[in-house]
Order: sequence, then C-alpha cells, then structure tokens
Amino acid sequence: MSGAAALDMPVEGTGQWKRGNVAIALLLPIAIVNGIGFILPILNLAGMSFKEAMPGGGIGEAITTANWTGLLGDGFYVDLVLNSLLVSFVITLLTLVTSYPIALYLHRATGSWKSFLTVLVISPLLTSAVVRTYGWIALLADDGPVANAFSALGLTAPRMMFNTTGVVIGLTEILMPYMILSLMAGFGRLDPRIEEAASTLGARPAQAFWRVIVPLTMPGIALGCLLCFVLAVSSFITPKLMGGGRVFLLATEIYDQAIVTLNWPLAAALSMLVLIIFGAALFAYSRVLRLIDQG
Amino acid sequence: MEYSPKSWTMRVTVTVLFLFLLAPVLLVFPISFSGDEVLSFPPQSWSLRWYYAMADNRQMVSAFMTSLWLATVVTVLSLLIGIPATYAIVRLKVKGAQFLYNVFTAPLLLPTIVLGLAILIVFASSGLLGTFTGLVIGHLIVTLPYALRVLVVSLGNLGLICEEAASSLGARPLTTALRITLPMMTPGIVASTALCFLVSFDEVVVTMFLAGPRLTTLPVALYHHVESQADPLVASVSVLLILLTLAVVLIVDRTMGLTRAFVK
Repeated sequence: MSGAAALDMPVEGTGQWKRGNVAIALLLPIAIVNGIGFILPILNLAGMSFKEAMPGGGIGEAITTANWTGLLGDGFYVDLVLNSLLVSFVITLLTLVTSYPIALYLHRATGSWKSFLTVLVISPLLTSAVVRTYGWIALLADDGPVANAFSALGLTAPRMMFNTTGVVIGLTEILMPYMILSLMAGFGRLDPRIEEAASTLGARPAQAFWRVIVPLTMPGIALGCLLCFVLAVSSFITPKLMGGGRVFLLATEIYDQAIVTLNWPLAAALSMLVLIIFGAALFAYSRVLRLIDQG
Repeated sequence: MEYSPKSWTMRVTVTVLFLFLLAPVLLVFPISFSGDEVLSFPPQSWSLRWYYAMADNRQMVSAFMTSLWLATVVTVLSLLIGIPATYAIVRLKVKGAQFLYNVFTAPLLLPTIVLGLAILIVFASSGLLGTFTGLVIGHLIVTLPYALRVLVVSLGNLGLICEEAASSLGARPLTTALRITLPMMTPGIVASTALCFLVSFDEVVVTMFLAGPRLTTLPVALYHHVESQADPLVASVSVLLILLTLAVVLIVDRTMGLTRAFVK
C-alpha cells in the first residue's frame, strides 16, 4: 500500500492529475443518475404520503396525516397488511422446507455434477417472473395437469387459481432459488467430518440433523428467510396474475392505488409501510444473527 | 430418515423438489407447440401456429424490438457510468468510498414496486412517462447497482503489481488506467454486461409504471397478455426469451464461469 502511494507521489498535484478532481469527474455521472432516479424520487415519495388526496387524482398542497390515520383506522387496510404478513410468512416457511434438502444435497455434491445442478438452480432465476407465473397458471388451471392428477386418484382437486393457494404455490417456487443460494452461502461451516463425528459418537441420523446440522446452518437459514420474506412482501407479478384480482396484498394494492384509483398519497403511504416492514425484518435478522453468535 | 447424499430418501426428495422448481419453465416448451385455441396441458394437438402467431403479432414484435434496443442502451450506459465510478471507489480511494458505494447500490435493496411508484410520481410532472429516455433512466437505477457490485468485486480482487510496474516504468496514470487496469477488468466487465442486459431485458415492475400505451417492453406486453387472455402465444414468446437468456448465460460461462459471475 505504501509503495503504491509513493509511486503516485510525483504526479499528484501536477495540474494535469489532481486526484480529487479526477475522482469527482469519474463519480459525477453515477451521482447524477442516482440523484435523479433514486434519491429525489424516494424523498418525494416520503413527502407524498403526507399530502392530501383530491378526488380524481389531484394532490392538495396541505400537509396532512390523513393518509396514515386512514390506513391505521380502516379495517380493510389493517386486514390487508396482516394478511400480507401472514401469506409472506407461510411462503417463507414453505420455501425453506422445499429448498433445504436441495441446498444440503448441492453442498455435498462435487465436480461437474455440482456445477450442473447449480446452473439448474440459477436458471429459473434468470427466467422472467411473468413466464414462470404463466407456467403455474397452466399447471394449476381448473382442468390442468395437477387437477387431472387429483381426479385420476379419485379426489376432488382444491381450487388453486384465483385464490391465495395458487399465489402461495407460485411464489414458493419463484423464491426457491434465492433461498437455495442463501442457504449454500451459509453452509460454509458445515463440515462432513462433524456429522461423521456425531454418528460415531452414537447420534441417530435425526439427532445429528436437528442437533448438529441445523444449528450449524442457522446463519444461512436466517439470511434466506430474510430475503424471501422481504421479496414475498413486495412481490407483485404473481399475486396479480394468479390472484386474478381476488387476492389483496400490499404490493398489488400499491399498484391499484397508483394506476387504477390514482390515489398517489395513499399509494405512497402504503409504500412507506412496506419500507417499515423491510426495516423491521432487517432488525429481526440482526437480532437473530447476534443470538446465533452467542450460540 | 437418512440424510447422506447417497441415500434413496434423499435422492427421491431432491428429485421431486427439483421437478417442482423447474416445472413451470419446462412446461412452457411443450405448450408452445400446441395446436389448440386456448391454453391447456397436455395440448390436444400439435403445431407451430403460435410461433407464426407470434411473428404476426405486431405488438409483440415491436415490444421485443423496444426491449432489445432498451437493454442494449442501458447496458452500454451502465458500463460507461459504472466503470469510472468503480475506478474512483476502488483505486482512487476517495473519501467516504464505502458510503458512496452503499448509496449507489441502495436501489438494489428497495422493492421494485416502491421504486417504480417513486419514479412514476417524479416523472409524471417532468413529462418523462411513456418515453424512451424515462425507461432508460428507470432501468439504469435497477442495473447500475448490479454493474457496480460486480465491477467493484472484480477490480478489488486484482493485485496492484501490474499497475505499479507500469507507473514505475514511466506510464502516466491515464495510460496505466486505460491500458493496464481496464483490460485486466475484462472478466468483471463481461459479467456485468450480461447481468445488466438480462436484468434490463427481464425488468417488469418498474417498467410497468413508466411505460405508456405506445411504448412498451416485451415482459410488460407479456404481462398484459397473460392478464387478459389464456392462450399458448405467451409460451412461444417465453421459449424465445428462455433461449435468449441461455445464449447470454453460455457466453458468460465460457468467458469466466457462471458461478463466479452470479453467485457472488
């Protein structure tokens, strides 16, 4: 490091190469884009949640807390938020249960087999959520393959389209790659020799799993759950397409208020609520990590 | 219950879960060759009619061209903006580099639905809604954090030895940056090119807020199509999308290895 600094010494401040000015010039474009497209809009959005909504999409100048008190006092919105949280929680749990075996298997696989399976895990991630939701619509339709499989077994298929069941199934699958990659990132501490030691010392497989493997992989579990929970809360494409307007969640309500009803102040307040939920999830995550560290 | 990778319970469980994970993507392929009028699986008859229908659908074709052009412009701009910023943050070590990096990658942490709404409100008053410029700015907010992350990691992992050798042999800082540092960043640049292109090409939520009736991208056109009618057209477009993604991924894999590029 000191060598690099010394090498730069002779040229610094010679007029044609002033480090500070060059750095500012290099950072200016990204700062402009970030300012116009991110910081300004977000601050504006926060302010918008305290503006007055006029009928027909107008926005009043007065500052008011009406949007917020309206949100918290209206039974529909309280239910909406609670329902969103519950659905996201269920999706997170299901994603964890379906992803854990795959992540564990991938962690232990080796060589080209491992690379191939990793590509299989990543490839849905690179496929548009619209495409994957469309696939689920085909699978879960009233006369689709899943319903047909039910009737072949002599059972009546539950309705899976245009209700919460379909949204939960679709989102679980869509979020699995995130969970698998997070779990694998946290599996570093899992050494096969530790499991061997557990079984040599007389632990049954179930004991080894619950008392050795799971505790060691807690950091990965916490990270994956955080990621999937916040993604589920803010997901929009799948609930909108598979819910068919009959499943009301936070993200779909933000879109409807912004585009259909044109009530921007209310949409802004709902967005701020999503950010508050994000903050709370992040806080919970950091507490869980601290607990794990204390072991 | 046995948990070792070779046990049969584990193998069967993992196979079933993989099928669940890949089912919707795999299903799109047979459906795209359906000869039916409406979406059903398995199809009653087979044909290429939905591929012809796709080529004849002017809305889809123009949305595809918009997406292609938009993703290209956004990718080039992301690199032109991201590479200098990376150099300033990693090599010039400006004051508060870590803070700036956090601010510039912060949009990645924000839900796209909130980001889309925030940009919509600002753009509505400045006449950028439904314009190509508006879409470019909206997409840059989404792609730049990815570009910056990949580029900063790739430059940060490079040793200073070559650059030090060049400057001790008398190369000026600009010459060193352009002829030593930049070529050495190639793997990172390839990875962020692919990532920016795919992210921009697939972006739906922010685009839905910013696109207009006359200017729309392929994923948004697909979304509206799925919302209004259930026919196999979306499947044939999806197959095209998947093949395009696959091509990009293969190029990256050949250049630097997929896991290194995306898992990071």
